[in-house]
Amino acid sequence: MPFVIPKDTYAGKVNALTFGSGDKAVTVGGENGLPFLSFECSIPNRPLIAIEIQDVAPSDWPDTVRKAYDGVSESPAKWARFCQDSLGAKIVALRLAGTHPDRENRSAEDAVKTVTEVLSAIDVPLMILGSGHIEKDAQVLKAAAEAAKGRECILGKAQEENYKTIVTAAIANNHKLIAMSQLDVNLAKQLNILITQMGFNKDNIIMDPMSSALGYGIEYTYSVMERIRQAALVQNDPMMQTPLLCDIGPNVWKTKESAAPESELPEWGALTERGIVWESITASTMIMAGCNLLVMRHPKAIETVNKLVSELI
Amino acid sequence: MALSGVEIFKHLPKTNCKKCGYPTCLAFAMKLAALQESTDKCPDLSEEAKKFLGAAAEPPIKGITLGPKGIKVGEETVLSRHEKKFVNPCPIALNIKDTEGADAIGKHIADVNSSEIDRVGQMLRVDLVCITDESGDPAKFAAVVKQVADGAPNAGLILNSSNPASIEAAIGHCADKKPLVYGANAENLDAMVKIAKEKKVALGIYAKGLDALSDLSEKAKGMGITDIVLDSGARTAKEMVEEYTMIRRAALKKSFKPLGFPVISFVGRDDSTLEAAVASIGIMKYASIIVVNSIEKWKTLALLTLRQNIYTDPQVPMQVEQKIYKIGDANENSPLLITTNFSLTYFIVRGEIENSKVPCWLAIMNVEGLSVLTAWAAGKFVAGSISNFIKDSEASKLVAKKELILPGYVSVLSGSLEDKLGDGWKVVVGPREANQLPAFLKGRA
Ligand code: B12
Ligand code: SF4
Repeated sequence: MPFVIPKDTYAGKVNALTFGSGDKAVTVGGENGLPFLSFECSIPNRPLIAIEIQDVAPSDWPDTVRKAYDGVSESPAKWARFCQDSLGAKIVALRLAGTHPDRENRSAEDAVKTVTEVLSAIDVPLMILGSGHIEKDAQVLKAAAEAAKGRECILGKAQEENYKTIVTAAIANNHKLIAMSQLDVNLAKQLNILITQMGFNKDNIIMDPMSSALGYGIEYTYSVMERIRQAALVQNDPMMQTPLLCDIGPNVWKTKESAAPESELPEWGALTERGIVWESITASTMIMAGCNLLVMRHPKAIETVNKLVSELI
Repeated sequence: MALSGVEIFKHLPKTNCKKCGYPTCLAFAMKLAALQESTDKCPDLSEEAKKFLGAAAEPPIKGITLGPKGIKVGEETVLSRHEKKFVNPCPIALNIKDTEGADAIGKHIADVNSSEIDRVGQMLRVDLVCITDESGDPAKFAAVVKQVADGAPNAGLILNSSNPASIEAAIGHCADKKPLVYGANAENLDAMVKIAKEKKVALGIYAKGLDALSDLSEKAKGMGITDIVLDSGARTAKEMVEEYTMIRRAALKKSFKPLGFPVISFVGRDDSTLEAAVASIGIMKYASIIVVNSIEKWKTLALLTLRQNIYTDPQVPMQVEQKIYKIGDANENSPLLITTNFSLTYFIVRGEIENSKVPCWLAIMNVEGLSVLTAWAAGKFVAGSISNFIKDSEASKLVAKKELILPGYVSVLSGSLEDKLGDGWKVVVGPREANQLPAFLKGRA
């Protein structure tokens, strides 16, 4: 019985999304098949990693990852430049964590100042993330979008409860958009529909299905993403064809595994390596499920995942 | 490939004699197709039909049992876990070279023996040791196999050598432990098959590429080997994803028998974190056995956790039994807390209560395995149902003071729950995150 390669054919294709300006602009997506099956589809762009920085010092990050940015993390501009020049970041993701009312409650003007400083420090593309607070994000991201006009940033995250203001700001200032929903295929599609109904081009959306950390519900994200990708490629559903983004840092670096000392839990082994492997494997799981753009924190985890992607492509 | 009812019907006697307990042969055929009946209920099946239906009922990927503890690999039925549960979690095997020296090998053995971790109530460990014949010396290889077999009596063994003389020398030390003999190839097939048949053990076969591997598998089968483990030579992550996908698709979608076997994957890398990442690809993408070069505790924790996540039933979350658990030396003055029966929730909360060293009663309510907020949003963890559970479980007999500590995220329930409970019950809102529980409990003690 001779072996015949069992190839699948795909009806649909993931949109290619380009962002950033000048010769440092990057593109993700564009594949017309399931992750890394290049014997039956073409994968023009590899998954990329945006390195996360914050507008305030990362006092809430565990030691393992906070130490990696000692000496630069007090200044967002310095931190951004370090990621670009020393770590070779292709994209920097600025999280405006300090604008959250329960944190420093920084104002939209503060955020504008930070965004401007960071933009002048780097020429790679910037992703601008709010703090996750629904109302405050609408205000802050609107102001940040104006300050970043001309740089074609990725702006996010737009959620069902606040997408209108953020979409308007993205249209007015020519940015791309993250659409985030809560781990549900239908909700993800619904949000894409709502956003495009406002006149936003669907090719400029990247979808965040809500990631989780290894050991903390990652299987739900994994399966939701696999189903989104199958809907896009097999069922050829145009509203599911936006690329996928996974913002894994906050989930990974709040797990007990990334922070509990070895003295407390000797059966878990060395703490530093444990945090790094936790982020690396959370990332590898997401890219196997179809993630096109990761937001990550630890330099060693980022290096590991980049090596893995090079092996996969 | 699964047969349809109509296809099965063609092979039945078509007499509608009802001896199988069904009114017609067709009705029985439908039950067979749904895998709800077995063919032996029909006494009049021809020998030919029995053979045909028997072969069709064989799992498309053969199940193979390895090691003294009987670890099953293979028998997978789907490509994506959202279709159906992945069945047999892939064991992790530590690779040891026979040239490493007795002391180093002793240390590896100790690491394997102490690799067990408890993850949401499941005991997970490094289940296999792969001994690689690096020396080319049968006596040396055999001695190391003996050292491992004696030192790690619970671990299953993979004898990794392409030299039949080495396998012959070593297998006496472990033939009763269901080892995997790995290393049959186009050159040594006859000799390897002979050993595997004689000792009744599974045979791992290696050929580069799926054409050659299919040929080799057919040959081994033709020589009477039934338990085969496949190695297509995939070593890079790309080869793993592509070749293992082809193998699984061929077996499941095309009923291609030569590749209907478990797959062994060697992911060794010098960089241990990268090795973990590559191993994770194997866990997701259809490796049945994963051989690694090192098992630092942080690494096995991550890999075994991913394996547990990927192999959970997508329809039924992991759950624990509904009851009131006693933590530490709880007595009638100890606090009573409540949460849901989602395994993850239970073990996180239990872990933090244990951390606090404050003895407690922890009431676990059955909400079909949902987390606190999910269960609340689904209407399953609400005042009425919680109150019924607390009353039915006779919690009031365990504690002197009728006080119930509620998860902080569902603080909105406290008023209505107090009303529903009545009878002097007080509801206290606890912290939101479990990691704040030790401070909270110590503060009250
Ligand atoms: C995974 C998930 C799911 C999974 C289910 C997983 C499961 N087995 O429960 C799926 C995809 C099935 C799901 C479905 C739904 N979900 Co859901 N889901 C989540 C998600 C992402 C994570 C939940 C989780 O696993 N948490 C981890 C566990 C360990 O947390 P936990 O049980 O709450 O325990 C923590 C604390 O509560 C505390 N704690 C626990 N017990 C106790 C006890 C005491 C005494 C104390 C002091 C503390 C304490 O300690 C733990 C750790 O800190 C959350 C969002 C999020 N990030 O939280 C949404 C979330 C819970 N879901 C939500 C909703 C609305 C739903 C749906 C109704 C809607 C939908 N999307 O279809 C359905 C309902 C399901 C149904 N059957 O009808 C909402 C809840 C609504 C709200 N608060 O307003 C959330 C918050 C998302 C959101 N923001 O919209 N969901
Ligand atoms: S026992 Fe066999 S022959 Fe009789 S009805 Fe059932 S299937 Fe048909």
